[in-house]
Amino acid sequence: MLLNIKNLHVEIDGKEIIKGLNLGVNKGEVHAIMGPNGTGKSTLAAAITGREGYDITEGEIWFKGTNIIEMDPDERANLGIFLSFQYPVEIPGVSMTNFMRTAINAKREYNGQPTIPAGEFLKMMEEKKNLVEIHSKLTNRSVNEGFSGGEKKRNEIFQMAMLEPSLAILDETDSGLDIDALKVVAKGVNQLRSQENAFVIITHYQRLLDYIIPDFVHVLYDGKIVKTGGKNLALELEAKGYEWIKEQQFV
Amino acid sequence: MDVTNSDNILEQVTTSEYKYGFYTDIENDMAPVGLNESTVRLISAKKLEPEWMLEFRLKAFRHWQSLQEPEWAHIHYPKINYQDIIYYAAPKKKKELASLDEVDPELLETFNKLGISLDEQKMLSGVAVDAVIDSVSVKTTFQDTLARHGIIFCSFSEAVREHPELIKKFMGSVVPYTDNYFAALNSAVFSDGSFCYIPEGVRCPLELSTYFRINAANTGQFERTLIVAEKGSYVSYMEGCTAPQRDENQLHAAIVEIIAMDDAEVKYSTVQNWYPGDKEGKGGVYNFVTKRGLCKGKRSKIAWTQVETGSAITWKYPSCVLMGDNSIGEFYSVAVTNNYQQADTGTKMIHIGKNTRSTIISKGISAGKSNNSYRGLVKILSGATNSRNFSQCDSLLLGDKCGAHTFPYIEAKNESSIIEHEATTSKISEDQLFYCNQRGIDTEKAIGLIVNGYAKEVLNKLPMEFAVEAQKLLAITLEGSVG
Ligand SMILES: Nc1ncnc2c1ncn2[C@@H]1O[C@H](COP(=O)(O)OP(=O)(O)O)[C@@H](O)[C@H]1O
Ligand SMILES: [Mg+2]
Repeated sequence: MLLNIKNLHVEIDGKEIIKGLNLGVNKGEVHAIMGPNGTGKSTLAAAITGREGYDITEGEIWFKGTNIIEMDPDERANLGIFLSFQYPVEIPGVSMTNFMRTAINAKREYNGQPTIPAGEFLKMMEEKKNLVEIHSKLTNRSVNEGFSGGEKKRNEIFQMAMLEPSLAILDETDSGLDIDALKVVAKGVNQLRSQENAFVIITHYQRLLDYIIPDFVHVLYDGKIVKTGGKNLALELEAKGYEWIKEQQFV
Repeated sequence: MDVTNSDNILEQVTTSEYKYGFYTDIENDMAPVGLNESTVRLISAKKLEPEWMLEFRLKAFRHWQSLQEPEWAHIHYPKINYQDIIYYAAPKKKKELASLDEVDPELLETFNKLGISLDEQKMLSGVAVDAVIDSVSVKTTFQDTLARHGIIFCSFSEAVREHPELIKKFMGSVVPYTDNYFAALNSAVFSDGSFCYIPEGVRCPLELSTYFRINAANTGQFERTLIVAEKGSYVSYMEGCTAPQRDENQLHAAIVEIIAMDDAEVKYSTVQNWYPGDKEGKGGVYNFVTKRGLCKGKRSKIAWTQVETGSAITWKYPSCVLMGDNSIGEFYSVAVTNNYQQADTGTKMIHIGKNTRSTIISKGISAGKSNNSYRGLVKILSGATNSRNFSQCDSLLLGDKCGAHTFPYIEAKNESSIIEHEATTSKISEDQLFYCNQRGIDTEKAIGLIVNGYAKEVLNKLPMEFAVEAQKLLAITLEGSVG
């Protein structure tokens, strides 16, 4: 199993947000995690990627055979975990090109490989830009600086394409995207899908799942996965709303 | 910045200790410890100086004796014992050198460690290097190319011998020995430095570059640089400093004078990386420098760009006196302090002529327990009709034990002039760091990246090869500043 989360409990400032969550993801799979706002979807992503302030009080996160809960975020990233941020940050004055090159070389260094030759890097940039239909001018600008909401999200997918992670977590990459941008994101993900990697797609609309067909759909509610099904579960949720899940909880 | 270069920078940033902290074992020819009239005479004699030069030194020395060392609000250091310093050290030289092969191999080794190459490659890249180790110029390249344009670029001692009329005319005309305590000291005991003269109408085809370096233990370094740009000429001049690690504090009190005539332009870029002291604040160079440019002619322009990463204490205000009508002064600065470093730096823009303009962009970065002050004066005299100044002073704080201070002084005596001042203080956000971490970039590298982004506006003003060096230094300086 690529990712195996066992009985995970996460606290923020002493308040428990994730309350005993289990999730297993194999290579080649796409998992969707759905749920109403504030149920802990982003918190789960933060816990997997090792963000400070998200305290794991109980449980384990196994990735590629290692329990990573003590690992630094950069090491987790270099091991192959990628997060497409719900709110990507701006880094003024740092060009996307320089940023990407730094990231790629960090990963190569981690894997004991030499730094990427300039020519190879530039070729790779071109290739991946086309994949997500990003225009050159975006990569010449500073990281996310002055990007529109949609551009920021596409830029996240571009970075994912560049870094070729084995596990990509997309945190509401679809929110705020118009249908064309959504299709671009979906196309990017679909082209990168392989038997060697896996995706965890956090969303609260079923819309994106029309374009990226998930193998599993999980419903996260109050810090736990309360329901798991196939792609039809997403349709059912869309039709019946989250109230339906809440009601089921109290039956 | 091309991709390969920024890449190299990040690769090379791997060690936490001061990278240039090594000591070259060269036999030194040194003056006895201490300072009195006979020290001054000895220095002058060692350099086979003419009588007028000795007279200048002695006048400066007597004036210095009458002065009190200044006290500064935002820098603190133990009192310097001026009688404990060696005022002259020259690498022992057997004979005049005809080629690089004859240079002391240990000296060459030092240069190599510093990344200064005097070889073909460097020559092809168009940099003429006048390397100064301790007090004597060791090697000057490109003399031929420069000579063809009538450009003089040589050590100060050589200029005193070969071009006495120019030295007599310009030395001390911008920074008189009476200017301040350290200027007086330098004028009395200066050991060597560089002289650069660009004749009328000549655009200097090379970036002129001087690397300074303190080497022998306990020797103060007192360099003097004089740049004269005649009418319609242009020169870009780079000064870089690295000093080897040393426990005792070392004093560095340099003078730089620039004169720009009508329509002349001088760009002066500095990367200062003297030894800053260790993590506990022990050791390090005291850097008390007087740099001033005189825009003497109409439409003349002087731009100072500096990247200050080193020294335990930096006290430095590269200034422009805008005398000619329509002349322009610019100051772009990045000053980084870490651990126990103290920097008090900024600029003075003195507007005298009509329609004079000045721009000040200052980026301070403080980490550790350091203190970083910007101190700037914009002075507009009554005759400076329609003059303008724009100042932007930004501070970036890493951690909560460091300090950033901004002291903008404004004196405007002309109603038609406009002065604008903007200031910001920010911190590197946890969000930015995590974003980088999540892309596999460790926190130290992330800080280097973010800081270089923050300083980009200034770094972009540097000549290419210097920008690369500067980026490396920024990252190196801030290593170990998190956690
Ligand atoms: N940094 C934080 N500090 C305090 N509370 C937080 C923080 N991040 C999230 N929370 C709280 O944790 C809960 C889950 O938030 P989040 O994981 O962002 O939900 P979702 O992504 O499912 O909308 C919410 O109640 C939210 O207010
Ligand atoms: Mg969320």
